[in-house]
Amino acid sequence: MNAAVQPLVQAHDLARTFDVSAPWLNRVLEGKPRTLLHAVDGVSFEIEKGKTLALVGESGCGKSTVARLLVGLYEPTRGGLTFDGQDAHAAFKGGDAKAMRRRIQMIFQDPYASLNPRWLVEDIIGEPLREHGLITDKAQLKARVGELLQSVGLSPLDMVKYPHQFSGGQRQRISIARALATEPEFLVCDEPTSALDVSVQAQVLNIMKDLQRQRQLTYLFISHNLAVVRHVSDQVGVMYLGRLVELADKKTLFEAPRHPYTRMLLDAIPKMHDTGKARTPVQGEVPNPLNPPPGCAFNPRCPHANERCRTERPQLLTLGGIRIACHAVEEGRI
Amino acid sequence: MSLLEVKNLVVEFPGRRGTLRALDDISFSIAPGEILGVVGESGAGKSLTGAAIIGLLEPPGHVASGQILLEGQRIDNLGHEQMRHIRGRRIGAIFQDPLTSLNPLYTVGKQLTETILTHLPVSAAEARERAIGLLKDTGIPAAEQRIDHYPHQFSGGMRQRVVIALALAAEPQLIVADEPTTALDVSIQAQIIQLLKHICKSRGAAVMLITHDMGVIAETCDRVAVLYAGRIAEIGPVHEVINHPAHPYTAGLMASIPDMEEDRERLNQIDGAMPRLNAIPQGCAFNPRCPRAFDRCLRERPDLLQAGATRAACWLHAAEVAA
Repeated sequence: MNAAVQPLVQAHDLARTFDVSAPWLNRVLEGKPRTLLHAVDGVSFEIEKGKTLALVGESGCGKSTVARLLVGLYEPTRGGLTFDGQDAHAAFKGGDAKAMRRRIQMIFQDPYASLNPRWLVEDIIGEPLREHGLITDKAQLKARVGELLQSVGLSPLDMVKYPHQFSGGQRQRISIARALATEPEFLVCDEPTSALDVSVQAQVLNIMKDLQRQRQLTYLFISHNLAVVRHVSDQVGVMYLGRLVELADKKTLFEAPRHPYTRMLLDAIPKMHDTGKARTPVQGEVPNPLNPPPGCAFNPRCPHANERCRTERPQLLTLGGIRIACHAVEEGRI
Repeated sequence: MSLLEVKNLVVEFPGRRGTLRALDDISFSIAPGEILGVVGESGAGKSLTGAAIIGLLEPPGHVASGQILLEGQRIDNLGHEQMRHIRGRRIGAIFQDPLTSLNPLYTVGKQLTETILTHLPVSAAEARERAIGLLKDTGIPAAEQRIDHYPHQFSGGMRQRVVIALALAAEPQLIVADEPTTALDVSIQAQIIQLLKHICKSRGAAVMLITHDMGVIAETCDRVAVLYAGRIAEIGPVHEVINHPAHPYTAGLMASIPDMEEDRERLNQIDGAMPRLNAIPQGCAFNPRCPRAFDRCLRERPDLLQAGATRAACWLHAAEVAA
């Protein structure tokens, strides 16, 4: 790989373990061992500048933990993130922390919870500017907040209002404006439209796409809605129980999904225009992450599982231009 | 005869700054064994319609006028006690969040048998037998053991199955399901929808399915009503409403959903937002956002008019009626 196509974001073997053990005294008295939850267990991907990688998966698969690792809200247990050639997690801890945080920002799922209800919009959007010392002059700050509001389709006059005076979609635009305030290059969006109605979701997705084009933004887009993912992403990673099971460009993934779990997810989407047609329901549920099955974590639900799948964990291999973790695909069984 | 008939239902919330009309002149009916979908954005009045039917409107909200008839008998003016006998026995309810619909302090078996014993003349042993049968019907493995478990011991999907079992316990004729799959993952959602459909077919129960997910409506319902700002914008057979929407709002709503089969650089968006209840525009409530509004839309409020195979509250179809 030469320097010209160096991806902006490179996650290598990111892992995060949470200690969910019983209190020390109980462990000693009851002889219980420590319990560790492997929320994210060795996730690697790259995102090129100006592109969007989407992560999909069911609740509890570790999507949001990846997002929090990327913006430095969590420290990785293992692995790391290289951002523009720099070790991001070393930067988050060192003297350059602010410089790095300025370049990586996050949009949260719930616009009702992520905006301080006691603050004016002006203060909410101005906070990152003040915090990073980008603008100190009051008049300039106001002008900049006005510009940011306009860039997300709101009026500069809205800056003297409180969050409760806006609808859900407008609030999500305020949080986008706040994330854009420091002119970041990389935005981590954790389910940005899941709390919104479809007509409002369309408005927010369109704004996000326009901004990406204008500013060459790089997105990591987390969603459980595959139709939304198909609309916004360039590449898609499918996660299951803390690991990537398939990573491919959008077209390949949606037209020729290889991993049985990806296929199952795609089959589970209701088809709008064939009314009355039943979906193929997915069998079973996501196993308890505290006690994942041995071998491939998907094997209890997989129609193609054999002995190898039940004992040996598949690695993410590059096969035919995509990355996939499945013994059956590797062996050519499916 | 229709099983449920809602006639010109108006629900109001009196407040200090005047009365808010949250549902305005809603009329529809559900035939036995039919699945009617109710869709709309947040605040359109979907859940309120369901709450009015099961008699669980939060005060000060109340039915201001209109009628709700179950098998020809009025149920909107019944007292608290009488309504309790209908709720559960003749109308079952399924809510969005399975965790809050179950009592965490009782085993699911206790909750099921309590419902059965309240409504049906059976002995305690028979009730338990029935409860196990219900859990089996809703696809819960090892029902004999699971019946003595507490709600927290079930996963989200399993809990929603328990809630469905609970709604079916006294064999109601009508089930009001308010966003039954919204809190669930897609893979589990498909299982629950299939279960709901299968159970209603086999028991001949009618369902009113309230959701904002058009995909769920498309695969489940026979007919669909689209609500906007407390009124029905369009109602008709689900295939027609989805593929040939007659109301500009339905058309906009359908176009704003990202499609799995089609590539678009931008999604169609309906600009603006649904009006607040205290600021509903004169004429058609949708006129400020409507790309096809003309002067009549600004003055007069349209009622449901025949528009092809569906009925839409839109003046664009007035000519069709006159012709």
